[in-house]
Amino acid sequence: MVTPTRKKDRIDALAASSAEPDAGVSLAASAWRTLRRSPVFLTGAVIIGLFVLISLLAPWLAPQDPSDPMLIDQVVKARNEIPQPQDGHPLGGDLQGRDFFSRVLVGSQQTLIVGVLATLIGLAGGLTLGTLAGAFGGWVDSVVMRLVDVMLSLPSLLLAFSISALFARPNQYTVIVAVAVVQIPVFARLLRGSMLAQRHSDHVLAATALGVKPGAIVFRHMLPNSLGPVIVQSTLVLATAIIDAAALSFLGLGNPDDRIPEWGQMLGDVQNVFDTHPHLAAWPAGCIIVVALGFTLMGETLREALDPKSRR
Amino acid sequence: MALLEVRDLTVVFERKGEQPFTAVDHVSFDVEPGQTVGLVGESGCGKSVTSLAVMGLLPKRGARVSGTVSYEGVNLLSLSDKEMRDRRGRDLGMVFQDPLSSLNPVIPIGVQVTEVLERHRDMPRKKAMVEAADLLDKVGIPDPNRRLSEYPHQLSGGMRQRALIAIALACRPRLLIADEPTTALDVTIQAQILALLKELVQDLGTALVMITHDLGVVAGLCDEVNVLYGGRVVEKAQRHELFAQPRHPYTHGLLASIPRLDAPRGEKLHPIRGSVADNIPWDHGCAFAPRCPNALDVCVERTPEQEDLGAGRLLRCHNPVRPTVPEEVSA
Repeated sequence: MVTPTRKKDRIDALAASSAEPDAGVSLAASAWRTLRRSPVFLTGAVIIGLFVLISLLAPWLAPQDPSDPMLIDQVVKARNEIPQPQDGHPLGGDLQGRDFFSRVLVGSQQTLIVGVLATLIGLAGGLTLGTLAGAFGGWVDSVVMRLVDVMLSLPSLLLAFSISALFARPNQYTVIVAVAVVQIPVFARLLRGSMLAQRHSDHVLAATALGVKPGAIVFRHMLPNSLGPVIVQSTLVLATAIIDAAALSFLGLGNPDDRIPEWGQMLGDVQNVFDTHPHLAAWPAGCIIVVALGFTLMGETLREALDPKSRR
Repeated sequence: MALLEVRDLTVVFERKGEQPFTAVDHVSFDVEPGQTVGLVGESGCGKSVTSLAVMGLLPKRGARVSGTVSYEGVNLLSLSDKEMRDRRGRDLGMVFQDPLSSLNPVIPIGVQVTEVLERHRDMPRKKAMVEAADLLDKVGIPDPNRRLSEYPHQLSGGMRQRALIAIALACRPRLLIADEPTTALDVTIQAQILALLKELVQDLGTALVMITHDLGVVAGLCDEVNVLYGGRVVEKAQRHELFAQPRHPYTHGLLASIPRLDAPRGEKLHPIRGSVADNIPWDHGCAFAPRCPNALDVCVERTPEQEDLGAGRLLRCHNPVRPTVPEEVSA
């Protein structure tokens, strides 16, 4: 038999526990709690953190000027021999006698710029098209989505090649544009889908019942609620953009000025000496793979954590 | 002239290659200022579609709305989209069924209350925030200033419904439509919300259209009740008359199906047999006939006409329930 006081205590304790503010129940907070303990996410985050840090500090980290052919004497003297690792040049030199280690370090800058800018431009284009299609519906939706379907029907890399081939004088920005355009349909389709779901949601109906104007309904009520999947997708697109940009540069569709090092281009340059000097290909290729992997690991875990259906 | 006069409101849903479906069929009712009118019926009887039609919220494509809905003498159905938008939220407010999904999850409560104030009363943001706190206070939300910056998920179900009522009443509409506002809430909170609605309606003189399937809600709140079945009003009566002497077998069945505490032990419940799926179209008979205990041959041969029984009482039935003797009424 429970004495009245103890019973009362228990009830009080129960009431106190249920009265706890339910902070942390929000999607973002619960996602963060999951992610913090996920080794996969942390691995991705560490990779990306290091990558961003290195590319920001590259000018100071690089021991030599990456565009200076300071070892050209060794190349010429030894009949096109590639300089071996030596004092001050831990990875030796490249075909033009430039310090290879510095080039790998500074090359991260191009990768970061291309990845981020291409994703942002693709995101902006995708948001515009997706919002148009999702907000208006009807024939606007049909026209926009058919355009998107056409773009999606081409393999993305092939589309990127075609676009960068359109530019008479390719430079580092044409690569960004080509890679960005390819990402637009992915974002547009994703956003349109979640906008359509929002259009028939109760809170949009409730806002309509309050006489809220269509513009405010779209930008205040539908769009913010549709962004989740798009934001997650952009981390995945970062990986794709980096790989696509490297592929374009590898095939010579990138910046023809090779004074600015770029991993894809470095890889393309050493095709002929790959069998005798595999390290010249291994470093840039490894960097591309690791960085793309980092973004993918982060993106995938983020997607899982933010997906309400996978929440326990 | 009544505040809201709904006459022969008919909503037909059409889809290419499919039979058109008449969800609301010549429904008429009046709402006077300060009056509470109930629309009662089971799922699929057309109550929600009626409310959406009055608010002009049915999709343009696929739904054909006819009849008239006059608010202060203006036929709302003939207004342009823009004119209707200006009236929604200002003249006509609406409270929906599910308080969780009816609030925007990514915007703080305060912004959602001020949005409608800024929209219809041209209030600057700061002044609207003060007014919003006042409104939340009025609907019984404690510590309103803190709540203004909170998100919907941080509020309980009852709180959210209070917030939605505050939003719906922010611009002092003269008519409030409440579409099953208590269905998603637990029983104790239901009672609080109903008491709140009753109080607000009395204080502000707002006319209320209460849509519900819960006769308990009707008993506590409504002055006049329209019982809908299969898209038509089958019985209309003042609240007391309806509960004292239900005449339509459907209304009678609804009342009889409520479990009673004072019933003898072991007594079985009295369900209405069948389901809405058994309905027959109103064209050649009474839609309720297949489920009706009083059904006669005529019920499946001829559509029952609406009869005026006097004192605002309307009935659509060939073989209504006989008025019972008064002493049973008091029970």
